[in-house]
Amino acid sequence: MKIGVFVCHCGSNIEATVDTAAVAAASREFPDVVFATDTMYTCSEPGQDEIVAAIKEHNLGGVVVASCTPRMHEQTFRRTVERAGLNRYLFEMANIREHVSWIGKDRESNTNKSVDLVRMATEKLMRNRPLYSKKFDINKRVLVIGGGVAGIQAALDCADGGLEVVMVEKAPTIGGKMAKLDKTFPTVDCSSCILGPRMVDVAQHPNITLYAYSEIEEINGYVGNFEIKVKKKATYVDWDSCTGCGICMEKCPSKKATDTFNEGIGKTTAINIPFPQAIPKKAKIDPDFCTKIQKGKCGVCAKLCPSGCINYEMQDEFVTEKVGAIVTATGFDLFDWSIYGEYGAGRYPDVITSLQYERMLSASGPTGGHIKRPSDGKEPKNVVFIQCVGSRDKSVGRPYCSGFCCMYTAKQAILTKDHLPDSQSYVFYMDIRAIGKLYDEFTRRAMEEYDTKYIRGRVSMIYPQGDRLLVRGADTLMGAQVEVDADLVVLAVGAEAAAGAGELAEKLRISYDSYGFYMEGHPKLKPVETNTAGVYLAGACQGPKDIPSSVGQGSAAAAKVLGLFSKDQLESDPQVSVVDIKRCIGCGKCIQTCPFGAIKEMEFRGMAKADVIETICQGCGICTSTCPQGAVQLQHFTDNQILSEVNALCRF
Amino acid sequence: MNKPLNYAYYPGCSSTGTSLEYDMSSRAVCAALDINLTDVPDWSCCGSTPAHTVDHSLSSALSARNLDQVASMGLDSCVSPCPSCLANLKTAKHRMEDAGFRDKVNNLLDKPADTRVETKSVLQILVEDYGIENIRKKVVKPLTGLVVGAYYGCILNRPAELMQFDDLEHPMAMDNIMEALGATVVPFPLKVECCGASFGIPRKDVVMRLSGKLLDTAHGIGAMALVTACPLCQMNLDMRQNQINKANGSKHTMPIFYFTQLMGLALGLPEKELGIGKLCVSPRNVLDAIDANLKEKAA
Ligand SMILES: Cc1cc2nc3c(=O)[nH]c(=O)nc-3n(C[C@H](O)[C@H](O)[C@H](O)COP(=O)(O)OP(=O)(O)OC[C@H]3O[C@@H](n4cnc5c(N)ncnc54)[C@H](O)[C@@H]3O)c2cc1C
Ligand code: SF4
Ligand code: SF4
Repeated sequence: MKIGVFVCHCGSNIEATVDTAAVAAASREFPDVVFATDTMYTCSEPGQDEIVAAIKEHNLGGVVVASCTPRMHEQTFRRTVERAGLNRYLFEMANIREHVSWIGKDRESNTNKSVDLVRMATEKLMRNRPLYSKKFDINKRVLVIGGGVAGIQAALDCADGGLEVVMVEKAPTIGGKMAKLDKTFPTVDCSSCILGPRMVDVAQHPNITLYAYSEIEEINGYVGNFEIKVKKKATYVDWDSCTGCGICMEKCPSKKATDTFNEGIGKTTAINIPFPQAIPKKAKIDPDFCTKIQKGKCGVCAKLCPSGCINYEMQDEFVTEKVGAIVTATGFDLFDWSIYGEYGAGRYPDVITSLQYERMLSASGPTGGHIKRPSDGKEPKNVVFIQCVGSRDKSVGRPYCSGFCCMYTAKQAILTKDHLPDSQSYVFYMDIRAIGKLYDEFTRRAMEEYDTKYIRGRVSMIYPQGDRLLVRGADTLMGAQVEVDADLVVLAVGAEAAAGAGELAEKLRISYDSYGFYMEGHPKLKPVETNTAGVYLAGACQGPKDIPSSVGQGSAAAAKVLGLFSKDQLESDPQVSVVDIKRCIGCGKCIQTCPFGAIKEMEFRGMAKADVIETICQGCGICTSTCPQGAVQLQHFTDNQILSEVNALCRF
Repeated sequence: MNKPLNYAYYPGCSSTGTSLEYDMSSRAVCAALDINLTDVPDWSCCGSTPAHTVDHSLSSALSARNLDQVASMGLDSCVSPCPSCLANLKTAKHRMEDAGFRDKVNNLLDKPADTRVETKSVLQILVEDYGIENIRKKVVKPLTGLVVGAYYGCILNRPAELMQFDDLEHPMAMDNIMEALGATVVPFPLKVECCGASFGIPRKDVVMRLSGKLLDTAHGIGAMALVTACPLCQMNLDMRQNQINKANGSKHTMPIFYFTQLMGLALGLPEKELGIGKLCVSPRNVLDAIDANLKEKAA
């Protein structure tokens, strides 16, 4: 094989600490290498053209590019060699940026290491074979997990684009956090007025199937052909016939159930509809509080329900859905602030969270939009807001900024003044992060027009004094201690990954950061993709995000799905395992170890043999190291190819 | 109790003077509960605040010597009633883990100190080793009707990494003991605030302000008395209560007990053994009220 080697400067990224010309010169001495050069930016148009020209001029049979990580540009260069008429697998990449120039300072050692890496790549390339993808049909349905504003946007865009959408929402209603908000910054428009109609659209769209109060049990398959097992949790109410009339809720005698939708402000009945605008507007029983289910006594709702929907024996149900792509939009949850002893750790009823305050401000909330102290129902005069509770605080393992708390605190201060003109709001802040369009103007309004007192500093202690709370903190601009008598304290609790985010990631086979937020394919260039083909991200599940950004990502993820489905067939990855049936002794060890169930047993002339199902194999290679006969070989990474690389490295 | 509890006892200097009643009541209570305290032989000052403000190795040398004395007794843990001594003893042990520092300190001593023994407060062993439920069983004269707030002060459990005891912001050890003794415990919101500590000498106004606030707050929540576990806190609140009243124009007459004194009373020990008479603000009214309540209940 005639091989050409291209050593990239990557501007100064590589050249600064690697002598690329020397690497090219050394490569020329390797067996089979007939051409080697160094170039400024191999990935640029002139860089790629140089490769094409060299292939033609020197009649090259394969190409090595020594540059960045294959995750960056392997696809780019594979296409380049293809343009020149070579099979895309007659190409190898040596990573001399991430693995060499960025991590070592010594130019001489770096150069030597780069030469070694190029030598490995050429040795492997000599043993590469052309591989060809197969085409397979795809199922043009999409699954959206999570029905917050991001998921809703993705679902509606996909559905409007003509795709069939399956939405799975864990809670009994869609809407996510936004459905709980009163107004939204920076326009102070009513949250339910803008979200409500979109929720109704989801319910009514002919292309959308909604599974509320459901969770993902299992995900199998691969891009284009996923099989999803959905668990519909028992609601004890037949949703096909429930009309949402609410009669059951009026008469249920068990009135102490946790009101999750209202964030625990007030209680609800054991059988309940989360809120009047819920989608779907269906009742469900909270079994922990239902006296019929717990003690066998009551049964009032079954007697009263005009549609006869109640079924105390209902069990979880499982359904299977087939889709070709998945949008994950599972959002975030709030940091559990009770770890903060200095804020009372939950002992003082008049210290509440920002989301509880939203419910209190909301006209459809448990207090009918009246701001009342939970302790005695009185209207507060002084309201103190504390920002960054569980954000930017290493001591509680949350060093990151939650992004939207500065803004919603300003909003809540403005709304407080609107509701209670005689009130005075104080905000303890660390910095004000108002970087969006019209955002800084908004926080200024809170200070200047609504007379909110902003105090730069942290609160060291909250304690009761009489029936008020004394909030003590530092004013770091004044260099003084401040004490504020508060009637109500609102904590701007930070965002953290949604409960169960990790488990879902395992099922989706996508990665997440150390805080549980899902990792995008590339922090700049692939904001809604993941490293698993066919799985996309939208909204706060990828990191704290406000509504405009969440919606933007919802649409972006939908565009990606529509783009994926613009073809009728996808090409399979030929880098899969293949069984050499002459060597296979049918021991079945690979069948047991394959984590994807991609190997099955077949019969060949009366003998048991292993057989890989190409479309299911993910190319992980576990079977190849399991097989005692070396009969399973992963294409493009055969034992011979890997050993030749090792030999190239261990020459002495 | 299945296992006998044996500790080396390090009284600390204030036990021989300003907090004699803390020392007396700690010993009396432990004796009544069959907890054996053996005095550290030839103990000396832990260094207190002055030593470490001048030189850390000097401070640690003083404490290390005492730890070494404990080790020579063949006991592996030592208790002290005073949180300030405790902090010094624990700090010395911690600092001595660093080889360089250890050499420096050992140079100051006659022989290298063995500082491996653990130190705990009297409060900590009563709660963790003896147990609240066992204390409850020993109560013969419940403190019925006593409305009390528990004041821990700022160093009893801080820094958390070093002290390793109870909640940093919201300790409950004394609250739980008082509740077990039959008292009505009102949650004292300033339980870990500073009383002004030794600022009483150079800047009395600081103590007047800080301790004044503690008394005002205790009064505000309806406490008849406060319990403490720290000689300095107790002194500021009790001995200086008159000065505070003068400085702030307040009229407090709030008894400030050591928690061991109230424990002793509930265990039926005579007031004399507990040094009740040594308190500056007379607890007579409060104690009489408890007795009256008890009689009423009995009748
Ligand atoms: C107090 C407060 C006030 C705010 N005010 C504003 C504002 O005024 N303006 C603004 O722009 N932003 C505001 N925000 C931010 C806003 O809430 C978020 O931007 C928005 O909710 C993000 O939407 P999302 O769909 O990504 O996530 P979410 O709203 O969290 O929705 C996620 C959905 O996924 C579901 N889900 C989670 N896990 C699973 C699972 N495993 N399976 C199935 N379903 C699952 C959840 O039940 C939920 O319905 C505020 C936030 C808070 C806390
Ligand atoms: S049966 Fe259960 S849910 Fe129905 S009314 Fe009675 S308590 Fe409520
Ligand atoms: S490489 Fe082997 S173990 Fe891995 S998915 Fe393919 S068949 Fe299964």
